[in-house]
Amino acid sequence: MIEFVGVTKTYDGGAPAVDNFSLRLAPRRITALVGSSGCGKTTLLRMINRMVDPTVGRVEIDGEDIAGRRPVGLRRGIGYVPQDSGLLPHRRVIDNISVVPLLNGATRAAARLRASELMAVVGLDPALAHRYPAQLSGGQRQRVAVARALAGNPNILLMDEPFGAVDPIVRADLQQETLRLQHELRKTIVLVTHDIDEAFLLGDEVVVLRPGAQVAQHGTPADILADPADSFVAAFIGSARGKRRLTISAQRSVDGADRVVVDAGGYPVGVIAAPEGRLPVADPTPRSRGAQVVG
Amino acid sequence: MSWLLDNFTLVTELALQHARLSAVPIVVGLLASISLGWLAHRVRAARLIVLTSFSLIFTVPSLALFVLLPLVLNTRVLDERNVIAAMSLYAIATMLRGAVDGFDHLSPGVTRSATALGYSPTGLFWKVQLPLAGPVLLANLRVVSASTVSLVSVGALIGKGGLGYLFTNGFQRNHPTEIVVGIVAVLLLALSFDVVLVLVGRAALPWIRNLGGTSPT
Repeated sequence: MIEFVGVTKTYDGGAPAVDNFSLRLAPRRITALVGSSGCGKTTLLRMINRMVDPTVGRVEIDGEDIAGRRPVGLRRGIGYVPQDSGLLPHRRVIDNISVVPLLNGATRAAARLRASELMAVVGLDPALAHRYPAQLSGGQRQRVAVARALAGNPNILLMDEPFGAVDPIVRADLQQETLRLQHELRKTIVLVTHDIDEAFLLGDEVVVLRPGAQVAQHGTPADILADPADSFVAAFIGSARGKRRLTISAQRSVDGADRVVVDAGGYPVGVIAAPEGRLPVADPTPRSRGAQVVG
Repeated sequence: MSWLLDNFTLVTELALQHARLSAVPIVVGLLASISLGWLAHRVRAARLIVLTSFSLIFTVPSLALFVLLPLVLNTRVLDERNVIAAMSLYAIATMLRGAVDGFDHLSPGVTRSATALGYSPTGLFWKVQLPLAGPVLLANLRVVSASTVSLVSVGALIGKGGLGYLFTNGFQRNHPTEIVVGIVAVLLLALSFDVVLVLVGRAALPWIRNLGGTSPT
């Protein structure tokens, strides 16, 4: 379990990037930190693997202040996926994924075996194993980055705008893949994003941040959508623009069973099956998150 | 041509001496440029001092260095170590700025994510930063190699200049063939040094041939 306790980070006497931030993150869940550029969300993420140390306060993992841990050892036990994949350009795909097992003392053969397994786990064609990162597409590079982050079998995975640099179709694909993986692996994932739709899709819990990493609201996507804490959150999630406020159109489909759903601007966003005019009721838990949480 | 055949042993001996006098400064230049370049890259105060002092050394004429070095190194004037030391200083002066640039322009994203993986600072240097600066270092080293091989000839003025002897001797005896043989031999030597460097670079930096080489599928 990760906990921030009264954390402040100030760079060279400027305004604090993070100002007295406290938060307990749900273990084995995806917590999405979402906010505009410069709100301090990436700084928070980097405090978890000591890429950044707090000026004041502490970060605890399983109750232990990580300021007492050697950064190098701490980082080897935490997966990290940056926006630009961060792959080593001079190492082949298989060697990139092998880095952490090798740093942790695995033999070359064991590390390679582990890397091959992980390529399968993240859906990479084994034929790509001996390519260099420059020979991959953006989506493939991000898959390699995820495989590399998982290679050390960490409990914690940090994802910093992991799908921000790929096109929308690939991004949607990678998001689904992340949900599928998390369904199997159940890691404690901290996801930083400025994309509220991504936060709602992937986050079991969502933390909406103002500048200075001030928590505007913390809750499940459903809580935040149903009851935005204030006008800042409402504006951020788009309900103020009417994007989330949906109504059923007066227009019916030909057979009369499907009804068109429109947003507040009157633009169609989807259809809803309403046999005999009755609206269906869904289980509020997304399918990918329905499994029992162990531990 | 007959001159060359008659003096083949002499030319070979001079070429070997020339190769030795060039190779040592090239290796010293590479190692010193990596260490000093890294220092200059990391420590702001060191950067100014190191870069300025080697820029100044570069302005000292080589002949003056040959005269000065025996005083500094406590060697005899005709010692070949003077030539090696002078050439090493020029090699560092030629290569240093390029080495600093190579380290300065490493992608911060790659360095950051490698740090996040758990590389120690030492591991990061040897496994990530040095290899990634490799292409820039190699390009600079090839310049150093060519300029060293040609500069060593000046050592002939103090009697230790490898193939440079053919220039001074040919000039004194007014024997153009000897000078031409010297020029061609120096060119061939520089060329073979370059071929070696390119091959070593290809073996050590296999990924640079694959940068954007094939299209992603």
